Amino acid sequence: MSELLEHPEAAASKPETIEKVSIIISKGSLEGIYPGLIMANGARMEGIDANLFFTFFGMDAINKAKHEHVKVATVGNPGLHLATWAGGFPGMSALVTHKLAGEMEKLDIPPIPEFVQMISDTGAGLYGCKASVDLFELSREDLIDEVTDVITVGEFYAMAAGGHIIFT
Amino acid sequence: MSTVIYAGRPVEVDAEGFLQQPEQWTEQMAGEIGRANDIDALTERHWQVINFMRKTYLGTGSAPSIRTLGKVSGVPIKELYQLFPKGPAKLAAKIAGIPKPRGCI
Repeated sequence: MSELLEHPEAAASKPETIEKVSIIISKGSLEGIYPGLIMANGARMEGIDANLFFTFFGMDAINKAKHEHVKVATVGNPGLHLATWAGGFPGMSALVTHKLAGEMEKLDIPPIPEFVQMISDTGAGLYGCKASVDLFELSREDLIDEVTDVITVGEFYAMAAGGHIIFT
Repeated sequence: MSTVIYAGRPVEVDAEGFLQQPEQWTEQMAGEIGRANDIDALTERHWQVINFMRKTYLGTGSAPSIRTLGKVSGVPIKELYQLFPKGPAKLAAKIAGIPKPRGCI
C-alpha cells in the first residue's frame, strides 16, 4: 500500500495482477499431470497463492503406489507423431517416458514425486477429490503425506473463491 | 530501462526494478532493495541465498532454478518461502543485483 501512496503515477498504470489460482489436475498421464504442476510451482515462484486439486486419474500424482510410475500415453496421442500401431508396442510407453524424463532432468524439471513435494514445500495446498477417492476405493492412507485434505467439489469452490480456476 | 539511486549510487534497472548490470551492485544496496520489496531486515539466512544467487549467476550466466536453490544453497524450499514470501528466486535475484531469472521452474 505504501508503494501506491509514494508512486501514484506508477499505481495508475499498474496492470491487474493475479493473487490466487486453484489448479485442477484431472488426467493421469505424464503429459496430463506436468502442466498443472508447472503452473502451480510457477504461481508460487511469482508469489501467487496456489492450491492443487487432484481428481479422477490425476489422483495418480498423489497416490503413493502410482506416483512413481506415471507414463506418457503413446497410443492415441497425436502430439507424439507416432503411428498408433507403433505406440502400442510393449514397452513403448516406458521408453518414451524414460526419454522424456531425461530431457526434463536437463531442464531441471523434477520427477513427479519430487515435484509434488517441492510444490507442497512452497506452501501450496494439495487436495484430493472426495468423489474420486470413493470411486477408486482409496483411503487417506493411500495418498502421500503432503496431501492437505480430501475435499468435495463444493469445498473446492469455496476455497477457490476470489481467485482463478485452471482446469488441466 | 531507468536509473535509480541505491546506497548513494546510480544503477540501471528494468521496469520491475532488477539491476541490469550486476557489477553496479554493492552489498550496501541489498538492505535498501529488500525494504523496497517488503523484507524489513536481511538475516544471515537471507544472505546465504543472496550470495548463492549472485555466485551462480556470475559463474554460469544464469540464475539458479528454485529446485537448485533448494538443493544446493543450503536453505530448503520451505524456508526459502518463509524468507522471501513473494517468490524466493525472483526476490533474491533482485536483492542480489542480478537480472530477473527467466526459467519456468
